[in-house]
Amino acid sequence: MENFEPKIMTFLCNWCSYAGADLAGVSRLQYPANTRVIRVPCSGRVDPLFILKCLQDGYDGVLVSGCHPGDCHYLSGNYFARRKFAVLKASLEFIGVESERVHFSWVSAGEGEKFSQVISKVIESVKKIGPAQKLVKKR
Amino acid sequence: MDTIKLTINSREYKAEKGMTILEVCKENNIYIPTLCHSSILENYGACRLCVVELDNRGRKKLVTSCTHPAWDGLTVNTDSERVLKSRKMTIELLLSRCPQEEKLQELAKFYSVKETRFIDKDENCILCGLCVRMCQGLNTNAISFINRGHEREVNTPYSTESDVCLTCGACASICPMSHFSEEKFGNNSGLTPVPKKSRYEAGLVKESNIAVPFTQAVPNMPVIDRENCIHFHNGGCGICQEVCEAEAIDYEQEDETVDIEAGAVVITGGGDVFDPDLLYKYGYTRYKDVITSLEFERILSASGPFGGEVVRLSDNKHPDKIAFMQCIGSRDESSKHGYCSSVCCMYAIKEAIIAKEHMGNNVEITIYFMDIRCYGKDFEKYYERAQNKYGIRFIRTRAYELEEKNNQLSVNYCSPDGTRQIENQDMVVLSVGFNPSSSSRQAAAKLKLAHNKNGFIKSPLYEPTKTTHEGVFTCGVINGPKDIPETVAEASAVSANINEFLSSARGTLTKTKEFPEELDIFNLVPRIGVFVCHCGINIGSVVDVKKVAEHAKTLPNVIYAEDNQYTCSQDSQERIKELVQEYNLNRVVVASCSPRTHEPLFQETIREAGLNKYLFEMANIRDQCSWVHPNEPEKATEKSIDLLTMAVNKARLLTPLKESEIDVLKSSMIIGGGVSGMNAALNLAAQDFDVVLVEKENSLGGFAKNIKYNSFGDEINPYLEELIKKVENNSKITVFKNCDIQHVDGYIGNYNTKLLDRTNNTVNEVTHGTVIITVGADEYKPKEFLYGKNKNVKTQTEFEDIIHKDEAAVKKLDNIAMIQCVGSRNDEHPYCSRVCCQEAVKNAIKIKEISPDTNVYVFYRDIRTYGLQEENYRKARKLGVVFIRFEKDNEPEASSLDNGNIAVSFREELIGKEMELVVDKLILSAGIVANANNHKLAQHFKLPLNDDGFFLEAHVKLRPVDFATEGVYLAGTCHAPKDMNESISQSLAAAGRALTVITKDKLTTNAVISSIDENLCAGCKACVEVCAYKAIDFDEEKKISKVNEALCKGCGACAASCRSGAADLKGFTNEQIFSAIDSLETLLNE
Repeated sequence: MENFEPKIMTFLCNWCSYAGADLAGVSRLQYPANTRVIRVPCSGRVDPLFILKCLQDGYDGVLVSGCHPGDCHYLSGNYFARRKFAVLKASLEFIGVESERVHFSWVSAGEGEKFSQVISKVIESVKKIGPAQKLVKKR
Repeated sequence: MDTIKLTINSREYKAEKGMTILEVCKENNIYIPTLCHSSILENYGACRLCVVELDNRGRKKLVTSCTHPAWDGLTVNTDSERVLKSRKMTIELLLSRCPQEEKLQELAKFYSVKETRFIDKDENCILCGLCVRMCQGLNTNAISFINRGHEREVNTPYSTESDVCLTCGACASICPMSHFSEEKFGNNSGLTPVPKKSRYEAGLVKESNIAVPFTQAVPNMPVIDRENCIHFHNGGCGICQEVCEAEAIDYEQEDETVDIEAGAVVITGGGDVFDPDLLYKYGYTRYKDVITSLEFERILSASGPFGGEVVRLSDNKHPDKIAFMQCIGSRDESSKHGYCSSVCCMYAIKEAIIAKEHMGNNVEITIYFMDIRCYGKDFEKYYERAQNKYGIRFIRTRAYELEEKNNQLSVNYCSPDGTRQIENQDMVVLSVGFNPSSSSRQAAAKLKLAHNKNGFIKSPLYEPTKTTHEGVFTCGVINGPKDIPETVAEASAVSANINEFLSSARGTLTKTKEFPEELDIFNLVPRIGVFVCHCGINIGSVVDVKKVAEHAKTLPNVIYAEDNQYTCSQDSQERIKELVQEYNLNRVVVASCSPRTHEPLFQETIREAGLNKYLFEMANIRDQCSWVHPNEPEKATEKSIDLLTMAVNKARLLTPLKESEIDVLKSSMIIGGGVSGMNAALNLAAQDFDVVLVEKENSLGGFAKNIKYNSFGDEINPYLEELIKKVENNSKITVFKNCDIQHVDGYIGNYNTKLLDRTNNTVNEVTHGTVIITVGADEYKPKEFLYGKNKNVKTQTEFEDIIHKDEAAVKKLDNIAMIQCVGSRNDEHPYCSRVCCQEAVKNAIKIKEISPDTNVYVFYRDIRTYGLQEENYRKARKLGVVFIRFEKDNEPEASSLDNGNIAVSFREELIGKEMELVVDKLILSAGIVANANNHKLAQHFKLPLNDDGFFLEAHVKLRPVDFATEGVYLAGTCHAPKDMNESISQSLAAAGRALTVITKDKLTTNAVISSIDENLCAGCKACVEVCAYKAIDFDEEKKISKVNEALCKGCGACAASCRSGAADLKGFTNEQIFSAIDSLETLLNE
């Protein structure tokens, strides 16, 4: 368990969080290399099925990050995302998947520092609960 | 190059001939402490800390490793007992000389030197000579060693202020101790001493003469401050050029004077911040914890110098109490800033709330203010929240002095009841105001533009964005202090002005780029080309780029893969094009930097190669791999392989996307024939666009018909009549009076609207490309203060009519009272109506000018004469108008007397007494209420309204005249209460926004948009509900949803909400994203 390196999928919205990740890069802020990235136009684009698919495929955690409330490039996409994930988290818990596997955050284009912290935090919280067991497809 | 071998600590190492022992050790990560060494300066061997022991066939000796060359067969011991003993002695001696130095204390701890056996001195220089060598290296030679023996020290000749010192700070930057402090620098060089204060960080952090101006600068590159850079003064230094591996530093570049031919000029230089140092009593530079609001803004910022942690500058501790002092450099004739800066109240409240959010209940925040001026849209609610939800204290006063004692600031002020108060605070934020920016003032002076006494550019009457010089326009703070939404609206207004001014030249200088015909890839097997970029050393030094490219070759459908130094370089673009042809590639994937910066470039390249630009995908292996995982090269390489695989898997499923074109009707419908509507109409008509102007009443003019004077006393009627005449005589404008909107069909570029003419009950059908809503607002009809019961109680507009028509009647009046905030800032209308204070002040001045002996009393809660109107407030007081304050829960009361006079009873706060005043006339400053028909119009165009019934724009700050629905714009008081000039600039802004559509022959729709498969659609309407742009229409007949391609912005909310999988987002399809998720190569195969 101690050496467990979780695999995390991140969905970053193009306008805020992806830009925040870029700023973390430009500012050379280091964070663990456990994440993979999918760029989406808006956090509201992320279908809960994407998250389930990640968990099926063997990812140990998923992060969806969008613009701050009120800052959505598409006006309200991040609110829809937030509502959807509240429901998804509850359903996951219901079927016995730890809710700590799915994270949602707001990172703006100016928050490189916050981005790196969010990533570290997500990895840490997934590390605590160990590798994903439920949902994983046998390969 | 000669390679030598030597033994260090019993291990053999290879090195190049000519290296010193220290260099060899450093290269091989063998620790040797140094103090006087710097890789950019000549070695000196002064500190003796880097000693090592050489073993020459049994003959051992200590040498300084920084000066001793490494040679073949040498045997070195870096931590023998003798070495350690010598180092300990050196440290002990140095520490006794400079016991306070942190670096020496650290070294002492590391080498277990507990205490010194020598007499402690109190020096801060260890005579390492770094500074002297540095100064020599920079060609300055301002400092050197002087004296000998125990008197030896670093100093300038004769210990006097140096004539040649350039205050470049190089000595301080390299000094390992704390010998140099900023205070020691003289300043006879005329240059800014380095390190200088960062302008972006409001002086809170230091920066050098070469720096990136701010984190999100475009382009994000360092700039040399040539005025202060040493190299540009004496040709010395050059360190930045030496260390830059990309060889990007070119000192030879010169300033160019560029001639630009332009048809119009816009001056938008904005404002400078008031320098609070001019007000000695607030101790801005004397007390460290007195800071400006701009500095506090940076302290609060998550990307600021303290990462958003609120700390005091004096001791880096969290303050328990923070105070804001308003009107620093505003409303202050003594500092020649008589005007109100308009924004400080709101930003102070904002900063206070953010500080509260960061620190919770651990901080007490007080705002010392004279009047809280939150007159903007929905600002009053924010102020209420600050008091009720966040518990921020508001104290009405102008603090007259700040003092500091024992690290505590005390605010001296006179409380509203007239007593002297002193309150202790840990940190004081000065809410500084605006000056017109000095650079813009210079430009304005060159163009001989008229300006007011403070330097703000003056505009002709009712043309707020024009100047006295034809063809020169202005917007923003340079023509008066204002908030962001007004500034942005003015910017769009200027674009409308210029479009009108230069309309005959429109399109004469545009060029269109030609692209080859697109290859039809329908039914072709994907053939993917992959390009992996080294980005010099940016990616290549961490990620094994060759391995990534090799891996790409193993992926299905990848026909070609290569790595190159810079994929974005011009020759690489040519190469990509050639390879696309040579290998018949039909998808291209680049693994390099961020698609946010480079995707457009590569897309253009593949377009030039004949591929649809959406057949391109990128993997970001720089910003998200090499730059953030520099110490984990293997993991960074794995991650790069995964990101690239994900990109390739998505690329395999890419399809060409088409940006379709829709025709645009080059006309606009303007709803509401008031001042706003007519100004917008005239602007568009002057550019030969057809305008349909719809007015619900039987005459044009709107509410302005009821107003006689503007707030500076100029008559409105002549202007209004002229405006109406111009509109009615304009052949491009069709005016429909007595008309209502009956039905609206269509979307941006293509509207079809039915107008119901109420005079003869006929229906007119009009087509138009855009819509501007300028339906205005109404005056509140008071229910309070005997209005309607006593004929001597009037509203401001009613009384203004009397002033205008019958001066003699005004002269007969002995006492007049005005009551502010009637129908504003209360539970029924929880917003400020913005214009009533200026109305009251304007009418009070008029009364006093007509009849100086008439007493005028104004009962107010806060006087909100923002911006340059503050002058009027001052003028009114000078003329003897009496202003009496009341609280929301303690309003004055009015009762009728038998002779028709009115008795107003109130509590006078300052003397604490109940009083009564008998007046001839009571004037109520009735607020502005939203038009009751707004909701109908909102339904027709699917537009949102706010809680108070005003139209809600797309973004309150940045898109003040747009709606989320494209092609529909708004202006004037239907947006929120505002004065006439503000309405005019907003109406021009709306015209400017409409012009972005109707100047085009065709609109290109977004290619990344949603599509709904009608065979799968279940008709649940989930997509209709989530679409912020109203881009999904529901076909009631077929019971399915349809995407309106002209309106869709491609956010994908519908795709993520669709329960039957009918909705999908082109370019980010479910299938593509699933495929990307599925492409785990390294991560899951461990």
